[in-house]
Amino acid sequence: MTTPSPVLTEKRSARARGDLLLEVDDLRTVFHTQRGDVAAVDGVSLRLHAGETLGIVGESGSGKSVLGRTVMGLVASGPTTTVTGSVRLDGQDVHALSPRQRRHLWGPKVAMVFQDPMTSLNPVKKIGAHLTEPLRLHQGMDRKAAREQAADLLRQVGIPEPERRLGQYPHELSGGMRQRVVIAMALSCNPELLIADEPTTALDVTVQKQILDLLARLSAERHMAVILVSHDLGAVVGRTDRVAVMYAGRVAETNRTAEVFAHPLHPYSEALLASIPQLDAPPHTWLRAIEGRPPNMAAPPPGCRFAPRCPRAQDVCRTELPELRDPRPAPDGSAHLAACHFPLLTEEDR
Amino acid sequence: MFMPDPSRLRGTSLSRRRMALLGGGLVAGGVALVVLALTVASGAGTGLGLVAGTVLAYSGAVRLVWAARRRKVDLLPWLCLGWLVLLGVAALLAPWLPLPEGRNATVALTEPIYLEPLKYGDHPLGTNGAGLDLLSRAIFGARTSMVISMSAILVGITVGGLIGVVAGFYRKGVDRTIGILTNSVLAVPPLILLIALAAILDPGIRNMSFALALLTIPSMVRIGRANTIAFAQREFVLAARAMGASKARIILRELVPNVAMPLFSIAVVSISALIVAEASLSFLGLGIPQPEPTWGNMISEAQAGNTMEDQPFILIVPGLFLFMTVFSFNLLGEQAQRRWDPRSAKL
Repeated sequence: MTTPSPVLTEKRSARARGDLLLEVDDLRTVFHTQRGDVAAVDGVSLRLHAGETLGIVGESGSGKSVLGRTVMGLVASGPTTTVTGSVRLDGQDVHALSPRQRRHLWGPKVAMVFQDPMTSLNPVKKIGAHLTEPLRLHQGMDRKAAREQAADLLRQVGIPEPERRLGQYPHELSGGMRQRVVIAMALSCNPELLIADEPTTALDVTVQKQILDLLARLSAERHMAVILVSHDLGAVVGRTDRVAVMYAGRVAETNRTAEVFAHPLHPYSEALLASIPQLDAPPHTWLRAIEGRPPNMAAPPPGCRFAPRCPRAQDVCRTELPELRDPRPAPDGSAHLAACHFPLLTEEDR
Repeated sequence: MFMPDPSRLRGTSLSRRRMALLGGGLVAGGVALVVLALTVASGAGTGLGLVAGTVLAYSGAVRLVWAARRRKVDLLPWLCLGWLVLLGVAALLAPWLPLPEGRNATVALTEPIYLEPLKYGDHPLGTNGAGLDLLSRAIFGARTSMVISMSAILVGITVGGLIGVVAGFYRKGVDRTIGILTNSVLAVPPLILLIALAAILDPGIRNMSFALALLTIPSMVRIGRANTIAFAQREFVLAARAMGASKARIILRELVPNVAMPLFSIAVVSISALIVAEASLSFLGLGIPQPEPTWGNMISEAQAGNTMEDQPFILIVPGLFLFMTVFSFNLLGEQAQRRWDPRSAKL
């Protein structure tokens, strides 16, 4: 491809400006289950600029995966689901589109990398078929061009002998290789936003680092925005520009990643960080765990959702839901938002 | 690399040479017993000798292969495959094979009737009451049986499988409607359904295939549906959706190739059931009419008068063909199922 198509050039220029790419406003995803309505995502607002990397962290069941899928439109209103609020991707309201129009966003605009590379590739399809099908579907490439492009994609994600790999089946590749293929698949139509849903959870620790570095490199090279969903704080630190900590379907705290890790404001973030094992800790140090369990999402507590487990909780926490706000507005405009009545402020903050 | 002692065999204390000698001896003994049974013995002795000789020769052959390949090999699937290939080739080439007349009784008027098998060179499996050659009839019978059961199973797999995939993919109302229809077909006993169909359809290869296909469709729908439900929850379907694949593309490119494997293994087992069903219908006189031979109507020839007592081979020859074919399909089908069972699919 020597002369890029006009569509691609236009996309590139929009990216280069660092424009607002994703705007999520008061997003709610409610599943209607037999045990009652469950708001897996409950009033989340996010902003993401072109080329930026956002980490979403939280424990299992905090709604981070559902958030990723709702942002993409894979989870949409239907008989068992109600989505309210808005997701504007490059100005388009994802949930106002028809299913058919939405389908045309998937691939060229937004793509997803799934958790388990063992199951996210079709066992009876060759690697080549996985990669060439989206290219032929969305970009109308012929068989030969798509195959060359596919080999090129494999090379970009660091797979040696790409031509040979195209003819292999998923079971012939290792887990790390397969996740690289899944990433190549997501990248095939040059998306502006990549949602990586726990991309390293199913992999070995050594391979995890390679995959995360690969994602960071690709994001920088292509100026592609990335949402990195993870329960692993170590995966997020150093590889994301900003981070949002989720608890029970809501954002507990959000700011630039370094800030959140250095000075957490929300007791939940603080507890999460404290529960990471430290290499330089003396031997036989007890790991700090968070007491209790996440709330039952079919009947969440009336006040702050973390209040039942929070050591700082007061009466007001159990009755009033805290708003996401900046307890110490900084002059430079970078907001450190936390949804807490009693944020962890230092003496000088006060 | 570790090289095992070439004179040692895995799974036995016997040396390779001794195993080969034992195998050779058993094969020779078995063959001798078969020859004896055919030439010297009479009546029940013949049958007994044949069975004992075959068993001896088989166990000898197993040992010979064991000695040659250095490990125990299960010969039975290979023998079954060999039989099916031989039968298939013979059935395919039947019109061009130098076989004596097996279908037109007017041509065979001068041929001797009720010739016993394995005694006359020009009629290796004997002749029936009309002087028609039994080997020729069995091979032409295989032709009809194979054509009917294969086409029925092909129609059953494609139609039933696709309906099942659609039911499993869309669920809800589509699934429920299809479920009611398949269950109501399954509620009718298969042979009764076939007899009812035979009553309204003209007997012929096409209609027989249609009737038998109708019989296999419900079970194919069920297997297709169950496998689709299992595969549709795998992440690769979601991944395909997330890359903008339409529902039709997901069904055809993601689900059908996966569901085809278990369907295929069920199909191999079902073929034997269809061969038996076709033979039963022909036996009842509801299948392909005489003089066109099928295994079923060949067996029914033995009903006339005292044929079964006086000329048992009229029953035994087509019966053996039927038995060996069904046995082979069942055994191979079981192997195929073990190989492609979705529960053991770790991919």
